[in-house]
Amino acid sequence: MDAHGPHGPYTTIMAVEYNGGVILGADSRTTTGVYVANRASDKITQLTDNVYLCRSGSAADTQVVSDYVRYFLNQHTIQLGREATVKTAATLVKELAYQNKSFLQAGMIVAGWDKYDGGSVYAVPLGGTLLRLPFATGGSGSSYLYGFLDQAWRPHMSKDEAERFVVKSIALAIARDGASGGVVRTVTVNEHGAERNFFAGDKLPLFHEEIPPGRNSLLA
Amino acid sequence: MSTIGTGYDLSVTTFSPDGRVFQIEYATKAVDNSGTVVGVRCKDGVVLGVEKLISSKMLLEGSNRRIHAINRHAGMALAGLAADGRQIVTRARTEAANYLSFYGEDVPIKELSNRVAHYSHLCTLYWWLRPFGSSSIIGGYDIDGPQLYTIDPSGVAYRYYGAAIGKGRQAAKTEIEKLRLAQMTCREGVMAVAKIIYGVHDESKDKSFELEMSWVCDESKREHQRIPSDLLMEAKAMARDAQEDDLDAF
Repeated sequence: MDAHGPHGPYTTIMAVEYNGGVILGADSRTTTGVYVANRASDKITQLTDNVYLCRSGSAADTQVVSDYVRYFLNQHTIQLGREATVKTAATLVKELAYQNKSFLQAGMIVAGWDKYDGGSVYAVPLGGTLLRLPFATGGSGSSYLYGFLDQAWRPHMSKDEAERFVVKSIALAIARDGASGGVVRTVTVNEHGAERNFFAGDKLPLFHEEIPPGRNSLLA
Repeated sequence: MSTIGTGYDLSVTTFSPDGRVFQIEYATKAVDNSGTVVGVRCKDGVVLGVEKLISSKMLLEGSNRRIHAINRHAGMALAGLAADGRQIVTRARTEAANYLSFYGEDVPIKELSNRVAHYSHLCTLYWWLRPFGSSSIIGGYDIDGPQLYTIDPSGVAYRYYGAAIGKGRQAAKTEIEKLRLAQMTCREGVMAVAKIIYGVHDESKDKSFELEMSWVCDESKREHQRIPSDLLMEAKAMARDAQEDDLDAF
């Protein structure tokens, strides 16, 4: 696996901590080669009521991993008598990713809220590292975001600020990465639960040389 | 209280007509004949104490430990057959380590106790195994606060405010019930436990004993450790004086 090439298949995903929870965000393009197999896919999967997972890489691999982790967490919650922590969910994802590293191609971000640690984001890239971060991104589109995130991210953003931040980031990645596109889906997780949101392609901010949707000079 | 189940007590896989498994009850008798073990849950932690009966004057002080650390935040005090107890401790340590490895966080005390209970129970299901002749008191401090559990040879785990097993358990339980545990700090708990153990020790029946104590509390930064030696000496001295005072009362 070439660690320096495009960050493997072919997506943009990210998650950020904000003041009171986390926001997960992803694009919606699934490609087989240059064909867009699904232009409205949902790359953010629920693991428990309070923990969600962003998936990049092989869709099959990440679906199976998330199914296993959901199953383990379900049993764990029942036995424990309280909701599982984000750290536990991330550790389980890491175990599967690391122990099966030669079979899997899965880059994942685990994010959620629990009453002990508040909002937490854990990155589990290819290979099965487990790393807690204030914000994380993955997929091929993430290459175009590192500089932007380093400059623009601040701790303790409000919920709206953080959501705008995520949408802007994914939009920037979509602008430059051919393998990312479609709509931006976000999930906000905090003490009150989880809330899904959807930003259609024509609602995204525009950047350098991007042509506005609807009637424009090209369509005259 | 002493019953025998002639004919139905030869195997742990045989029930008696009145629905008892005598082998488990006999295993509990092994626990009842050993030195007293006391545990109390105070408002800021848990204190464990053991009446370690000394079988020989040649034994080095501090040997034959009856209180063991399971992980940083939990300790286990044993009563009954020492070798059986050692096995249980090993199992508890393995369970705690595996949980941490698999789930990425410290095992909750309730989960740890359930696993030890599960293991004890396992040994009551097969004819080629015998039940453990050992009960344990687990004292730990996890994210949900300080907790105290007892596991007996039948494989049940109960959560307690205060618990006692072994020879002097009846007298010890009476004393524990008099304590206002919810208002006590662990420092006060240490004094109380020492006094209880000195109180239940039967000078006429048993020879000497050594008091072994541990705690896990806010003062120990939620880590299970032996009581600091100065506090232990103070507790022993206070307990000894209290015994003499009681004698003087006559």
